Amino acid sequence: MLNIMVLVKLVPDVVEELEIASDGRSLDPASVRLILNERDEHALEEALLLKERHGGTVTVVALDVPEVDDVLFTALAKGADRAVKISGVEAGLSTWAIAGALAKALTSSGLVPVDLILTGVQAIDDLDGQTGPIVARLLELPYVGMVCRVEVDVEAHKAVVIREYAGGVTGTFEVSLPAVLGIQSAEKPPRYVPVAKVRAAMKTQQLESVPVPGQGESSSVEILQMAKLEVTGGAVMLEGSPEEIAERIWDLLKERGLV
Amino acid sequence: MAGEIWVLVEQWRGRVSDVTYEVLALGREVSAATGASLQAVLLGSDVKDLLPTLGAADGVLVTEHPTLGEPVSEIWALALAQLVERHQPLVLLIPQTNVTMEIGSLLATRLRLPFVNFCRDIQVTDKRLVARCLLYGGKVEATVAPQTPAVLGVLPGVRPQEQGRAERTPTVTAISLDLPAEPPVRFKGYTEPPPGDVDITRENILVAVGRGIQRPENVALAEELAAALGGAVCGSRPVIDQGWLPPSRQVGTSGMIVKPQLYLALGISGAPEHVQGMKDAALIIAINTDPRAPIFSVAHYGAVVDALEVLPVLTEIARSRRRVA
Ligand SMILES: Cc1cc2nc3c(=O)[nH]c(=O)nc-3n(C[C@H](O)[C@H](O)[C@H](O)COP(=O)(O)OP(=O)(O)OC[C@H]3O[C@@H](n4cnc5c(N)ncnc54)[C@H](O)[C@@H]3O)c2cc1C
Repeated sequence: MLNIMVLVKLVPDVVEELEIASDGRSLDPASVRLILNERDEHALEEALLLKERHGGTVTVVALDVPEVDDVLFTALAKGADRAVKISGVEAGLSTWAIAGALAKALTSSGLVPVDLILTGVQAIDDLDGQTGPIVARLLELPYVGMVCRVEVDVEAHKAVVIREYAGGVTGTFEVSLPAVLGIQSAEKPPRYVPVAKVRAAMKTQQLESVPVPGQGESSSVEILQMAKLEVTGGAVMLEGSPEEIAERIWDLLKERGLV
Repeated sequence: MAGEIWVLVEQWRGRVSDVTYEVLALGREVSAATGASLQAVLLGSDVKDLLPTLGAADGVLVTEHPTLGEPVSEIWALALAQLVERHQPLVLLIPQTNVTMEIGSLLATRLRLPFVNFCRDIQVTDKRLVARCLLYGGKVEATVAPQTPAVLGVLPGVRPQEQGRAERTPTVTAISLDLPAEPPVRFKGYTEPPPGDVDITRENILVAVGRGIQRPENVALAEELAAALGGAVCGSRPVIDQGWLPPSRQVGTSGMIVKPQLYLALGISGAPEHVQGMKDAALIIAINTDPRAPIFSVAHYGAVVDALEVLPVLTEIARSRRRVA
């Protein structure tokens, strides 16, 4: 039996055209559609796989932000047992503030201890730190990141985890439980869940809500400015129909003797 | 601004990673702007041989300890915390790779210091440390000013590595630390990757597919193009995560670094972790439906068009004309 917690975070979908707000230091909320951080999706998958292997429970925890209900119901539909929203935090872009709020709320609500806390190794907006290592330190638990495989020895209360390096090299680490793991990839692609099942979860299951006690943490990193990055470097743009573009590419390859 | 400028040496499997020299070059500039000395911080179990490669720094602080042999972040962060508390540097710059990923967050949380992630440049402006950080998959840049002392995670490619290399033995200060003999995270060993069917680092022509390829069936179309051009297919992380291509085909910081004659990027956005793996290709042609995709900043040629429409046409051209030629 393993009790696993998965900390997830919503991030702007970068497929949308992001706009900078009039303060010049943040994103215009109207341009932002929040989606689940891709690495967190892998953390949830790994948690569900571990539950299938060892039995136990999976609790998914996220800050209460717009669109979070969809994400949490989807997690329940995939097989999570509990879904908890942490309310009362204005964290903005600070991962330090988010992780600080999570750690406080988890402790005060009695949601921890658990055997394992999984979270995505990083998110595209982790400006002042990553959630996993910050929460681990605040809860005084060991942390391993870049994890792509987890084997738990429930009896011995430890886990053997595989960490990914560059060029396909991996490292094996043993960690005492409870521990926090930053997941890079689950062992299998994250499962798909049909919308009908998510709707069913919305009807039959409940989200829990836990407030953050006291004052939140604030970041000691001041954002002076935020700007959309223009495409630089002067790539020559090929215009025309797909056929014309294909012809131009062929010509380029020929000119360079590549074909 | 008081305090030294420190650069953590990324030392992995007996060698100093190239990114360390890039960050040393940046550290040199910060040191010039503040008037403080530049110190490289070298942790390991038996690392004296590496000292002469760190001549770009004014000095090297070395801590050798059996548990520092492999970069177990928990222990490295603990060691760095002790060093920082004792010597109070102004900044610690940490090269950010898969090896060092979480050290900054762990250390900063231990010491309650500000941490700044994803730095692509750092300057000293009006006596303040100002960092430019890449956010949102390379689409937005945030300019931030951390309070100091601060820990900063620096992205690879910040300066040419040659600027951070100097053949000179710097002043060495050995520091001994009290570290736990039985830490909560224990290193067990490395595993080399299983030999893949194709070594993409040796291919001249790579057809690279990203999430924009949309379905596994379309990866087969890319395979056909690669075959017609005499190259191989590789991909971005999401394509590998989906199981559409084997891990041996992944390009990027946690995959392979490739430098082919041609890198044809189809439906790849150009996130920093991907770009670091292919930016030195001789010819980069990117096809993406999003005119603002960061991949166009490293590409030599680009086209804003549906890759799935170009792909079969190009394959047809390659098949018919190569046969004739
Ligand atoms: C620690 C860490 C390590 C990582 N290591 C790596 C790594 O080694 N390699 C790697 O690649 N990533 C790595 N990543 C992931 C990286 O951050 C990005 O998420 C990833 O590179 C994005 O892949 P992509 O460009 O295929 O997908 P996306 O970013 O989703 O981009 C898809 C693109 O396709 C375009 N598109 C959509 N449809 C079409 C169409 N029909 N025709 C043309 N274009 C289309 C879209 O406009 C978009 O730009 C890592 C992440 C982390 C946190």
